[in-house]
Amino acid sequence: MKRLKGNGLKWLSLLLCGSLLVLSGCAASSAVDEAKGKEKESSTSETSDTVKVGILHSLSGTMAISEVSLRDAELMAIEEINESGGLLGKKIEPVIEDGASDWPTFSEKAKKLLQKDKVVTIFGGWTSASRKAMLPVVEQNNGLLWYPVQYEGMESSPNIFYTGATTNQQIVPAVSWLLQNKGKKFFLLGSDYVFPRTANKIIRAQLKAEGGQLVGEEYTPLGHTDYSTIISKIKDVKPDVVFNTLNGDSNVAFFKQLKDAGITAKDLTVMSVSIAEEEIRGIGGDVLAGHLAVWNYFQSTDTPENKVFVEKYKKKYGKDRVTDDPIEAAYFAVHLWAEAVKKAGSFDVDKVKKAADGIEYKAPGGTVKIDGETQHTWKIVRIGEIQPDGQFKELWNSGEAVKPDPYLKSYPWAKDLMN
Amino acid sequence: MIKKNWMYWLFFLALFLAPFYLTEFRLSLLGKFLCFAMIAIGISLIWGYTGILSLGHGVYFGLGAYCMAMYLKLEASGGRLPDFMEWSGVNKLPWFWKPFEQPVIAISSAIIVPVLLAMFLSYFTFRNRIKGVYFSLLSQAIVVVFVTLFIGKQEWTGGTNGLTNFSTVFGFSLSSPLTQIVLYLLTVVLLLSMFLFSRWLTRSRFGRVLVAIRDSENRVRFLGFNPTTYKVFVYSLSAAFAGIAGAMFVLQVGLISPAMMGIIPSIEMVLWVAVGGRSSLIGAIIGAIVTNGAKSFFSENYPDIWLLFLGGLFIAVVLFLPNGLAGVYQSVKQRKKQGEVRANEASSHVLQRVSRF
Repeated sequence: MKRLKGNGLKWLSLLLCGSLLVLSGCAASSAVDEAKGKEKESSTSETSDTVKVGILHSLSGTMAISEVSLRDAELMAIEEINESGGLLGKKIEPVIEDGASDWPTFSEKAKKLLQKDKVVTIFGGWTSASRKAMLPVVEQNNGLLWYPVQYEGMESSPNIFYTGATTNQQIVPAVSWLLQNKGKKFFLLGSDYVFPRTANKIIRAQLKAEGGQLVGEEYTPLGHTDYSTIISKIKDVKPDVVFNTLNGDSNVAFFKQLKDAGITAKDLTVMSVSIAEEEIRGIGGDVLAGHLAVWNYFQSTDTPENKVFVEKYKKKYGKDRVTDDPIEAAYFAVHLWAEAVKKAGSFDVDKVKKAADGIEYKAPGGTVKIDGETQHTWKIVRIGEIQPDGQFKELWNSGEAVKPDPYLKSYPWAKDLMN
Repeated sequence: MIKKNWMYWLFFLALFLAPFYLTEFRLSLLGKFLCFAMIAIGISLIWGYTGILSLGHGVYFGLGAYCMAMYLKLEASGGRLPDFMEWSGVNKLPWFWKPFEQPVIAISSAIIVPVLLAMFLSYFTFRNRIKGVYFSLLSQAIVVVFVTLFIGKQEWTGGTNGLTNFSTVFGFSLSSPLTQIVLYLLTVVLLLSMFLFSRWLTRSRFGRVLVAIRDSENRVRFLGFNPTTYKVFVYSLSAAFAGIAGAMFVLQVGLISPAMMGIIPSIEMVLWVAVGGRSSLIGAIIGAIVTNGAKSFFSENYPDIWLLFLGGLFIAVVLFLPNGLAGVYQSVKQRKKQGEVRANEASSHVLQRVSRF
């Protein structure tokens, strides 16, 4: 190349100097990191009056619309703890990072939080992929992660606490309830990723064991918006229930097109596991009215704690905001952690983990309890019908909190799932 | 020549010495960026030198990464089925996973698999003289095909979660700082050899043919060269670079999922090269490091609005630096030259007029 010759030397040296600058910039910032780290180490034990916790959600990208509200809920809980005098005499200082809906970024930022900021715990994640990306990082650095979203189960990391529902606290009871109340013919519809595929595998096994009938199973890519083919398939096979594990925007398209095709909730029940108050706001209550969803918490759940919680959340973040299941789980995760720290009398990860077993907290959705063995939480299961105003009317609940069973060990029909 | 090269050596020396002045966390970030720089070299070769715009290099990166990850996953599972297969209802290791128990096979296939795919794709497209935007679109289609395949075959590939949670490589713990430093140094060595090889290649007769293809493929053909051979070779070479980058990426980041081989990462790869300057190898390397460094820096410091900064950076590059960082100097130089020429012309004009009187 001509431009590399002759005078090229000048610009090359320019560029290289530039990149050396960048490198030395890196070095300088890492020197600062180190200095900060040392300062931190010497001060965590005695003098410092703050303790850092990490908050790692997607603040940009496709997941931001859901995850930003989790960050807000966590910040609110931290503020509450700080207002009531902090933890072990220290104020909690949140360090916020953006996972950017990108799984390697979650792993990078989790590493940064644990190694550079030396946070005592992380609250974060939404998608399974983001959790799987953070899992090795928290395990290798012996960190702590609180994951607040319902998921597909089959996992129990010693360094993660799961405050969202596992399958036996959401999907399994919903299927049993549908079989008893709505009919035997099931159509499974989901987005093409791990949660729907795993969930539907469990549902298939359960239908077989409990006398249901599977009439169709379809997956569409995340972000898919044309459901006319699938709706005509649904019309053909005439299921009693569509079990919907679609995620994100696809729900808007699916429900609108279902309504346009003249199918209402009276003709066909759609049970969703990823549609909460926040999503209803985007799709429209009138489109969804009459369809069902299964969660552990609704904004309409009637407990004294919830009244305070909803009021506070709306006052802080705006009247038009709603609370929902993941928001509640993110909120009480911070409080559960705080209770465990108090019991342990220390921020040390191993001590907090040990102390966490059996810790209870009066969450907005009812009392939750940490199960020490699986590090999941005991939760009440609720099935609700969507109202035109975007709220849920509760049709059924499990009465008392259900013990988490991520590997479905207590269900004989699930044995074949795990080989 | 030696005088001209010392800056390169200083740059790579700074990279080699990084473990001494960077913290563990920053070092792992730099290691990741250097993997991206490997891809950037390959893209610079095909785009800047040969004029092939591939928007699908995420696939080659991903394939290389998956080959390595399959070995790591099997090693982490210690003879048992990988965890995601267990819960996806697979009860026997699929036949194509078996060979990946051998590290030699895993490492060599991290190069061979992407190269084979690249050869297959490029041979049939270039032989049929498909080029320009049609090739770019085709490369995007390949991305969609592979991402859909990898997500759909959850029981074989881990689906959207991808492959993660590795513990050891050749028996060394992946989380130990020493292993990470060794892996980092290996990455620098690989990057250096790729750079030197590409530099040698572009300065050889072969490289001149590549540039000729970029500027006028038909003329090259009329001169008796077969552009297809050259293009297939250089395209496969860049796929090999991307494959190696993928393998090193997995070793250092400990994670690969279909999201990383998707359309957006594939376009981002081209963006790094565009920022650095596509027809400069060192520019491509610096572009990859600077862009990703900026991404980390902005997102750490401004978690709420960092995308705006990054977007601003890209817009600035597109608007003001169409040839990337490397192009800045060139345009300055040209303007200076033109100015001189004009000044000369003007003065001679004056002289002529003066002499006329």
